[in-house]
Amino acid sequence: MTHLLEVRDLEVKFALRSGDITAIDGVSFTLNQGERLGIVGESGAGKSVTGFSIINLISKPGFISKGSIHFEGKCISDYTGSQMRKIRGNRIAMIFQDPMMTLNPVFTIGFQMIETLQAHRNISKADARAIALEKLRKVQIPSPEERLDQYPHELSGGMRQRIIIAISLLADPAIIIADEPTTALDVTIQAEIMDLLQELCETENMALILITHDLGVVSQVTEKIAVMYAGKIIEFGPTDKVVHTPVHPYTIGLIGSIPGATVPGEELRQIPGMMPTLSNIPEGCAFNPRCELCEPICTQKTPELEEKQNGILAACHMK
Amino acid sequence: MNTEQPLVSINNVVKHFDISGGLLDQFSFKGGKLRREKTTVKAVNDVSLFVNKGETLSVVGESGCGKSTLARVIMGLYPPNSGQVLYEGQRIDNLSHNQWLPFRKKMQMIFQDPYASLNPRKTVRQTLEEPLRFHNPSMTSAEAADKIAEVMEQVGVDPVWITRYPHEFSGGQRQRISIARGLILDPQFIVADEPVSALDVSIQAQILNLLMELAQKRDLTYLFITHDLSVVNHISDRVAVLYLGTLCELASTHDLFYEPRHPYTRALFSAIPKVGEKRAKHIKLKGEVPTPVHLPTGCVFHGRCVYANERCVREVPALVKLSNGGFVACHGVEENRPMA
Repeated sequence: MTHLLEVRDLEVKFALRSGDITAIDGVSFTLNQGERLGIVGESGAGKSVTGFSIINLISKPGFISKGSIHFEGKCISDYTGSQMRKIRGNRIAMIFQDPMMTLNPVFTIGFQMIETLQAHRNISKADARAIALEKLRKVQIPSPEERLDQYPHELSGGMRQRIIIAISLLADPAIIIADEPTTALDVTIQAEIMDLLQELCETENMALILITHDLGVVSQVTEKIAVMYAGKIIEFGPTDKVVHTPVHPYTIGLIGSIPGATVPGEELRQIPGMMPTLSNIPEGCAFNPRCELCEPICTQKTPELEEKQNGILAACHMK
Repeated sequence: MNTEQPLVSINNVVKHFDISGGLLDQFSFKGGKLRREKTTVKAVNDVSLFVNKGETLSVVGESGCGKSTLARVIMGLYPPNSGQVLYEGQRIDNLSHNQWLPFRKKMQMIFQDPYASLNPRKTVRQTLEEPLRFHNPSMTSAEAADKIAEVMEQVGVDPVWITRYPHEFSGGQRQRISIARGLILDPQFIVADEPVSALDVSIQAQILNLLMELAQKRDLTYLFITHDLSVVNHISDRVAVLYLGTLCELASTHDLFYEPRHPYTRALFSAIPKVGEKRAKHIKLKGEVPTPVHLPTGCVFHGRCVYANERCVREVPALVKLSNGGFVACHGVEENRPMA
C-alpha cells in the first residue's frame, strides 16, 4: 500500500549572503490516512520548515535542495505554483499558530470562508455559505449563523482558532498540518481545541501533522512522534513508546527537563548548553557537545536513524 | 495566618485602568441622548494575600486575569486605586519617590521577555553597574567590578563576557543576565513575571534550577507569576489562583494540585496536558471568559460554572479559610454543595 504522504530525504537550504545554510537535513517520514503524527523540537530545530515545505510554502531565500515529497502517490515537491494551489488548502490544509494573524481583520468570517471555497470549487455563493455553516457547526461554534457576519476582532482567541479549523476543513482535506495551534491560547482553551482536532481526525478520517514544542500536548493527541534537533529527525516512533522509553539522549533530556516529570522542588534534569545555530552545526552528531555519552566517533561520523528498541528509530552511535 | 510577620502583604488591593480615551471618545448616543461614559478595565479587584519570608508564592491564571498588574502594584510600578501594600509591616503603596528608594533595593523584578527587558545599547557591565552605582554612590569602581563578577558567576554567565551587548547572547543567557540585574543589589524579595515562558523547555529547566538554587543560597522570597502550571507545581510552596482580577483560591501547592476546591481551579488543573498520559477527561467550562470591562455580578465565575445557582449571580463570595489552611472564594464550597 502506498502511503498518503511520503517525505523522502528532504533537504531545505536557505541561500544567505554568507553562503547556504541547511535548515532541514535529510528528513524522511511517512503518514498514512487518518494517522496523527507529532513533530516536536525546540525553536530552530526545523519543525516548522518541515511543515511548510510539505505544501511548498518555503519562500526565498529558502528552497528545497534535495529529496522528494509524495502525496497520494504523486510527487508534489516539483509541482508548479498553479498545480500546488490545487493541493494547498484543498487536499492538505494548514493551521497556523496565531489566530489573530491568520484571519484577515477587514473581512467577515463568512466572506473569508466563502472565498476559500470558491477558490477550490465551482460553487455558488449560497451553496458555499451552507457548507461554511456546516463546518462551523462541526467545530462547535455557538450560533454559527451570526458568526458568519462577524469580523475577527469580535471573537475571542479560542473562537478564532475554531474558525480557522473550520476554514481548514472546508474542502475536506486529507491532511491537516497544525503548526503550534494552541501556543497562543490559554490552557483551558488549549484542551478544548486539542479535543476538537482529535475528534475531527477520527470522525473525518483525516491525517494530522501536529508541530509543537509541547511534549505534553503531543503525547495526548498523536500516535507517532518525530523529535527534531538541528534540522534532523533524531528519534521517531510510536508516541507512548518514545515518551516512556526514549532512546536518544536529547529526547531523554528533553522529557527530563519538563517540570511535571520530576518530584517538585528537586533539581530538574537539564541539558547543558543550547542548540547550535544552523550556520555552525558541529561535525558528526549535532548533539555531541551537549551529550553526556559522547565518544570520539560522535564527533566524526553522523549517526543514521536506525531501529533501536520497541519500534523506536533513533540516530545515536551510543545506543 | 502565620504568627510571624509576612514579608509582603497586600490588603484589598483594587486596580482599575481608565481606557475611555479623550473627551470626545467618551461621548456616545444612546436612546437619542448624548451621554458621557467612562470605560474602565477592572484588572484587580479586592485582592488580599501575603508572602512569608523564604517562601515561593505563585500567582496563576489565564491571560487577562490581572496577575501581571498585581505584580506591578506590589512593586510600586502602578499605584493601586485602593487597598494597601505592606513590606515587613510598613505601608509602601503611598510613599514618595525618595521614600521608596530603600525598598527598591530590597524588592526587584525579573521580566518575561529577555529580548525586551535588556537595553540593547548597553553592555552587560553597564546594565549591571547602573543600579549598583545608583543605590551605592560611595562604591568604588573596583568594588563594583568585584560585585558584578560575583553575581555573573552566580547566575552562570562567564564574567569575561562583561563587555558584550545583549544581542550577542541567546535567550537563556539573556534571562540569566536579567536575573543578575535583579540580584545585584542583594534583594530579599523578587517578583518574577513569567521568567521562563519565552524559553525553550531545555533552557527553561536550566533557569528554573538556577532560580531554585539562588533562593536557597540567598534566602530569597519569590512571587512567581506564571500561566504554566507544571512550573508552578515544581517550584512553589503556595499558589494563588486569579480569575478576572479576583482571587478564587489560595492554598499550599500540594493541596491545590491534589485537591483543588474552587470549580475554576479544578477545570484549570484538569486541562494541564501531562507527558505520557493519554488524553485525560478534562472538565469543560461553558462559555467564554468575560471581559474585565463588564464584570459579571456576584461571583465573577458564575457564568461558566456548572454548580452556580442564583446566590452566585447575586452575591460576591468572600474568601473563606478552610480546615487545611487554604482559602477559597466560592459559595458552593462554603455551603458544601455536591460537586462531582
